[in-house]
Amino acid sequence: MNKELLKELCALNGISGDENKVRKYIIDKIKDNCEYRVDNLGNIIVFKKGRKKTDKKIMISAHMDEVGMIVTSVKSDGTITVSAVGGVDAGVVIGRNVSIGDKSIPGVIGSKAVHNLSAEEKKKAAEFSSLYVDIGTKSKDETEKLVSLGNSVCFASEYFEFGDGYVCGKAIDDRFGCAVMIELINSDIEYDCTFAFVVQEEIGLRGARVAAYSINPDFAIVLESTTAADIPQVSGEKRCCELGKGPVVSYMDRSAIYDKELYAMSQKAAEDNNLLWQTKTTVAGGNDSGAIHISRGGVRTIAISIPCRYLHSPSCVAKLSDMEASAELAKIMIERICGL
Amino acid sequence: MELKKTVMSLADACGVSGDENEAAELALSFLKEYTDDCYIKNGCVVGNFGERCEGKPHVLIDAHIDQIGLIVTYITEDGFLKISGCGGIDRRLLLAQQVAVLGREKIYGVICSVPPHLSGDEKKVPEFSDICVDIGMTKEEAEKIVSLGDRIVFLQHCRELEGDVITGAALDDRCGVAAVLRAVELVGNEKVNCSYTVLFSTQEEVGERGAKIGVYDIDPDIAIAVDVSFALTSDDSEIKCGKMGNGCMIGVAPSLDRELSVQMMEIAAENGLPYQTEVMSGETGTNADRFSMNRDGVRTITLSIPLKYMHTPVEVISLADVENTARLIAAYIKGVK
Repeated sequence: MNKELLKELCALNGISGDENKVRKYIIDKIKDNCEYRVDNLGNIIVFKKGRKKTDKKIMISAHMDEVGMIVTSVKSDGTITVSAVGGVDAGVVIGRNVSIGDKSIPGVIGSKAVHNLSAEEKKKAAEFSSLYVDIGTKSKDETEKLVSLGNSVCFASEYFEFGDGYVCGKAIDDRFGCAVMIELINSDIEYDCTFAFVVQEEIGLRGARVAAYSINPDFAIVLESTTAADIPQVSGEKRCCELGKGPVVSYMDRSAIYDKELYAMSQKAAEDNNLLWQTKTTVAGGNDSGAIHISRGGVRTIAISIPCRYLHSPSCVAKLSDMEASAELAKIMIERICGL
Repeated sequence: MELKKTVMSLADACGVSGDENEAAELALSFLKEYTDDCYIKNGCVVGNFGERCEGKPHVLIDAHIDQIGLIVTYITEDGFLKISGCGGIDRRLLLAQQVAVLGREKIYGVICSVPPHLSGDEKKVPEFSDICVDIGMTKEEAEKIVSLGDRIVFLQHCRELEGDVITGAALDDRCGVAAVLRAVELVGNEKVNCSYTVLFSTQEEVGERGAKIGVYDIDPDIAIAVDVSFALTSDDSEIKCGKMGNGCMIGVAPSLDRELSVQMMEIAAENGLPYQTEVMSGETGTNADRFSMNRDGVRTITLSIPLKYMHTPVEVISLADVENTARLIAAYIKGVK
């Protein structure tokens, strides 16, 4: 795993529908090593020539967008109301730094002092309807010179490595997948592949839907990050999957039932190559596979995900060893599928 | 001094109640610029100015050096840290906060609790018993670095917002510390009619304990507690709050010295300094409550810098309020008769 590449990708701000900075960065990284085009929704569709031709058309996909917020109004005191873009819990937004719009205007989401909360208020989780962003201005006029309705509001958290090979930061979901694809595109690959860096996953798998239509693949591999609840307060099957136990390959989630042969193939491929492999212990979550596997007349689809704690927060936590194993498994699966 | 730089460096230093050393050492280094007679005693930073003598009042100028934070109470089998609050923590905003654990070395982590979809009650705020810190280590690894009782701070660096507005995690009360340092600078070598001691006291957030022991030794005639107070935010009531940017909040309360309150307002007016009146109906919840009860009693006043989002990792102040508070303190010291 190219750690610097991942860090740079996570630092880019790109909520659903506003992926421009991510798209530009990716194109800059890959443009000399592939053929690419940008479609009407902003997906980057990449054709990469392999050493061998194959009669199997394979699509590798990862999404560029991240969850965040969007500016909905400016109040008379200059503060800004926001709505969630994608599945963001207000509890991971309150008491944080944020960054607004293309100019990255710094702001904070505070709360009145804990001293002034009623006993009832103290026990009630935060809700978006009562949150607002403060950029230090005192009036609506002042704010409107800097911020427009519809501007993106992104987490401004730190990115760091910690503990035994863990990383923490925003947008690991799914800049991890983007990083793996950039590295594959910039390497020599065995078979011809089509890669899709897609938009708007977080608001309903929208970029992947049109990308799958235009690519029209036989097979698809989705590279993702999936919720791990392996913390002390959660036990048994509710942990879903665990960090440090390798790539997560689901048999079923809320978006898709995965191709049974590919599911088994992924487990065998991991075994053959001494890679860790795990599946989810609950039927939960979903990803672009949901849109891709029912594209046109159907696409045989598998998702390879890294387990990720605190997904959809400013502090996603993932493990580098899982990233490396997932990237390796993805590469092996491309070869095995094309060799079918 | 460059006020912004001073405020930001102080607020970026770590100093949770009972473990204020890093912040205290930094404050002491700043104080050394103005007096050689300064030191740390029982955790508190003390700096003396002028010759103490009969007939001249001795004034205490205080700001607390500690900040709220968390404290490690247990290491779980899988290497996560159980914690408790150190000072008034708003548990609603803990989830997924990035933190630094101040163990044998400084390490990073993330606060976690049961995800809402698993806890069954999405509207519920987790109790401390449901909260852990993820430091990405096994118990064995964790025990090499982390000890029970280690403090934890929010991983936030100060940032500049629009105008002269600053956000940071420990502006309560490091901006007060900066205001006191700036006041000392403003008084400079001018001959004044009093002697004074600067105190940066510990453990305010857990019950003004540093103030209690600090003031005893100093034994002042007059005490000024420089702290922060509530600035109006979009979700709070105007009745309880001052306004950020409108100047120092001068305390008026049954537990404070009424003459001092009036005098401060007069000095502010004479010097063209904006100010606001902060009325409290009993004690003040600040170090002033300890100062006024010292030995046989001390005439005490609070001067507060309006601050938004108190006790969150994103406290917000205006630098103009810090400067104006410093000027008011300096004008008072210069004017003592």
